[in-house]
Amino acid sequence: MTAQMTRREFIRNTAVAVAANVAGIALPASATNVLLEGDLTQLKWSKAPCRFCGTGCGVNVAVKNGRVVATHGDVHAEVNRGLNCIKGYFLSKIMYGSDRLTQPMLRKKDGAYAKDGEFTPVSWDEAFDVMAAQFKRVLKEKGPGSVGMFGSGQWTVWEGYAANKLYKAGFRSNNLDPNARHCMASAVMGFMRTFGMDEPMGCYDDIEATDAFVLWGSNMAEMHPILWTRVTDRRLSNPQVKVAVLSTFEHRSFELADIPIVFKPQTDLVILNYIANHIIKSGKVNKDFVNQHTSFKRGVTDIGYGLRPDNPLEVNAKNAKDPTASDPIDFEQFATFVAPYTLEKAVEMTGVEKGWLEQLAELYADPKTKVVSFWTMGFNQHTRGVWANNMVYNLHLLTGKISTPGNSPFSLTGQPSACGTAREVGTFSHRLPADMLVANPEHRKHAEEIWNIPHGIIQPKPGFHAVEQNRKLRDGVLNAYWVQVNNNMQAGANLMQETYPGYRDPRNFVVVSDAYPTVTAQAADLILPAAMWVEKEGAYGNAERRTQFWHQLVKAPGEAKSDLWQLMEFSKRFTTDECWPADILAANPQYKGKTLFEVLFKNGKVDKFPTSQIEAGYDNDESTAFGFYVQKGLFEEYAEFGRGHGHDLAPFDAYHQARGLRWPVVDGHETRWRYREGTDPYVKAGTGFQFYGNKDGRAVIWALPYEPPAESPDKEFDLWLVTGRVLEHWHSGSMTMRVPELYRAFPQAVVFMNPDDAKARGFKRGDEVRVVSRRGDMRSRIETRGRNRMPPGVVFVPWFDAGQLINKVTLDATDPISKQTDYKKCAVKVVAV
Amino acid sequence: MRDKPLIAIGLLVVIVVAAVAFVAGRKAGSAPPPVVATASTSANLPPSATKPATEEAPQGKQIDAIRRGVPINQEGMAPALAHVENADIKRNRAYPMQPPTIPHSIDNYQIDKNSNRCLLCHARANADKFQAPPVSVTHYMDRDDQFLATISPRRYFCNQCHVVQTDAQPLVANNFKDIDTILSEQPEQPEHKAN
Repeated sequence: MTAQMTRREFIRNTAVAVAANVAGIALPASATNVLLEGDLTQLKWSKAPCRFCGTGCGVNVAVKNGRVVATHGDVHAEVNRGLNCIKGYFLSKIMYGSDRLTQPMLRKKDGAYAKDGEFTPVSWDEAFDVMAAQFKRVLKEKGPGSVGMFGSGQWTVWEGYAANKLYKAGFRSNNLDPNARHCMASAVMGFMRTFGMDEPMGCYDDIEATDAFVLWGSNMAEMHPILWTRVTDRRLSNPQVKVAVLSTFEHRSFELADIPIVFKPQTDLVILNYIANHIIKSGKVNKDFVNQHTSFKRGVTDIGYGLRPDNPLEVNAKNAKDPTASDPIDFEQFATFVAPYTLEKAVEMTGVEKGWLEQLAELYADPKTKVVSFWTMGFNQHTRGVWANNMVYNLHLLTGKISTPGNSPFSLTGQPSACGTAREVGTFSHRLPADMLVANPEHRKHAEEIWNIPHGIIQPKPGFHAVEQNRKLRDGVLNAYWVQVNNNMQAGANLMQETYPGYRDPRNFVVVSDAYPTVTAQAADLILPAAMWVEKEGAYGNAERRTQFWHQLVKAPGEAKSDLWQLMEFSKRFTTDECWPADILAANPQYKGKTLFEVLFKNGKVDKFPTSQIEAGYDNDESTAFGFYVQKGLFEEYAEFGRGHGHDLAPFDAYHQARGLRWPVVDGHETRWRYREGTDPYVKAGTGFQFYGNKDGRAVIWALPYEPPAESPDKEFDLWLVTGRVLEHWHSGSMTMRVPELYRAFPQAVVFMNPDDAKARGFKRGDEVRVVSRRGDMRSRIETRGRNRMPPGVVFVPWFDAGQLINKVTLDATDPISKQTDYKKCAVKVVAV
Repeated sequence: MRDKPLIAIGLLVVIVVAAVAFVAGRKAGSAPPPVVATASTSANLPPSATKPATEEAPQGKQIDAIRRGVPINQEGMAPALAHVENADIKRNRAYPMQPPTIPHSIDNYQIDKNSNRCLLCHARANADKFQAPPVSVTHYMDRDDQFLATISPRRYFCNQCHVVQTDAQPLVANNFKDIDTILSEQPEQPEHKAN
């Protein structure tokens, strides 16, 4: 029953009721047809980066009554200037799936933890009690080599940093690796081997300045859609601009292609060396640039496939043990090395028409053509992915087409913060922040100083990387395991032989933090409910080195807590006495008897900033819980690693004001082009270019050959399987499959197959089939139409569907240097059910 | 002949049986319950790894609704391909700036650098001929918010923002509340002085 109604409300309601009656529409009693009062209609708008891909679009988020009600593309964000893609346009729905996890759940039988028990809601206290007991048991019985963590390129910057400290300095375990290992590791090793430093030297501004785009195994139209709008804008507004698209099948990016190239899987390596050869033979080498700014190396070959060490492919590989070895050569030796990669050889091995290859090569060779190379998973998820990265840099270095507007070898990043968190913070099993390595004693010492912990705490030996973690779980070596912000049961290759048995092995205790009940959560022993996106204050770093912040805008549901809170709160359960060696504690008695929380997070630096510094009008649940401005403290301590070393981050507060800033940020100025005099403050005057990641200031041109894939089609398994994504779904679909419009746009995975291949096997579109490999099988449906036009002999299955786990079928072969899985090549057969 | 009625009845039976089978096949194809079929084959275990005592996630603990109740280590029937809604009925938007979903099928629409089938009907110049909703004026603005004579190339590939909807029923409900719902849920406002 309503209280007093104003006269205006009465008149308005009556008018509406009459109008509705005439129109035959039923209205609820209190409905008014137009509300105009400002305080009712005003929405609180705040900026945030999109939750999804590495493009890093800016959005504005509208909040009303504690809920997100709308988002729109931020017109002030330089990346996207007001545009989003379909996923970005539904950000307002991703937090509201009805099965959101809101309470910790532990497998229990008869009131106690049991590996085969039912998921039972428990309190955070009980969850951490059991989890701490398990971790301590393993630490005591087997040591820090048996605890591990699988983190994420979708962690915020401070979440990754806190995890890095907790594991490498707290538990003294280097078994911390991110899911970015599955997407960017080859790119990272490519950068390190060519430039000595990670991340692109150019930026998105290169798009508006270039004459040619070359997409190497990258489907930007679906996977970096807003960057694709910028490419389309450049190409269609300027008809002299050329777009070359290379892949193992035709996809949506081919719609803009002037030079469409479909090549046989793995032969991208051949094309790369052919182009290098063409540049040299046609006299188009930029001799001055090469002489002044590059050096040459030849890498060892026959390096294996990252399989288990007793696999014959590994046993027979000459250099599997030391795949990174190399020796220095000169330009003449390099020219001789690539000379066999003639046009004829390229045509024969790749199956591509001569004309297209020639046109492609000229884009690089012609000194008047500025060229941007883009690549993502086609190059990175590749058993020779590091080589492919090195080889595309070769083309830009031979011609000097680098670090100037429009000349840009640009490694595209998949996840929103694989750069900002995983790579820059160093949440890899071999790394520390700012490109430093655990194996380097100077680097360890430097980290221990910044972290205010005794020397000798950080272990020198790299820990288990992603694929290795699954193998060690399966072998019972890794026994206490924490998974945050990823869905590795769905994402990891060779699910049935490696991932699944490992998670379900009773020797192992697996904890999964997630917002939604994924198959990974389902396979775990303890599930911790996580806050997502704008339910916490966060920071991401996108593909063009742009670090972007956002405030907490709404509260997480139920008892869900951010991954940051979980990491910090859990650290309270452990003491240095339990985790650090007795001799180091004896030598540094002031650390005795302290909790890891005190040593890592109440160290005078992380707890330095009071909560009063949080911007007015915004919640910050973690800081409220711990009593200090947690995110600022972590960030400012982390920034110490990079400032002055080419990784400079601006002061914390600057990021809450700006729509992101591209590092190195020196004296308040972003850096758009690195390694170039005038645009990069670290380049000495008079040098022109300085690749200061390497001691001699020179970038490395690598002589590397074609080598075949780990598993090719044969008589029984007669098709190539390529896996990947579709526009409508992000990664494993845990968020997007719970948004009705996105789900209904593309509700299930399918097997894209060439229509003639389907006919030859007796299939029609829509038939149910089994996709079978030597490792497992999966049921799906045939698709012969749509966005992907498959050549004969190749099928494509996206991995977003928890109902169709294609990774039951894939092979866990990796690039031996980067340890990144090749998700694009294995052999399958497709048969009737 | 005496056989004629028999043949006619036989033919009728065959036709009826065929029709029933056809309908049953279509029905089964369109709404399958999750059927747990055979366990996955696991061929070629790596030779050196000892077989661990695996624990399969028990049946009653299938908490990922997207998996449709099938345990991780098993395979169920793949649902039939969903059908694109083609009724030309405009749908509500979650919030005003949401790109409207496409209410019709777009099979074989050519959208590439040579031709854009969508704009045939939806370009502002053509919309009245086809009674199609014209693209928003925002689509005629370039990166610097200046108006162009035709569609801005940055908006050219419609499919990046506009998608069809199939008849697939969401596996998980979504509790998003749009602004109108939230406003209508508000308690009565106090009397305003300036009435």
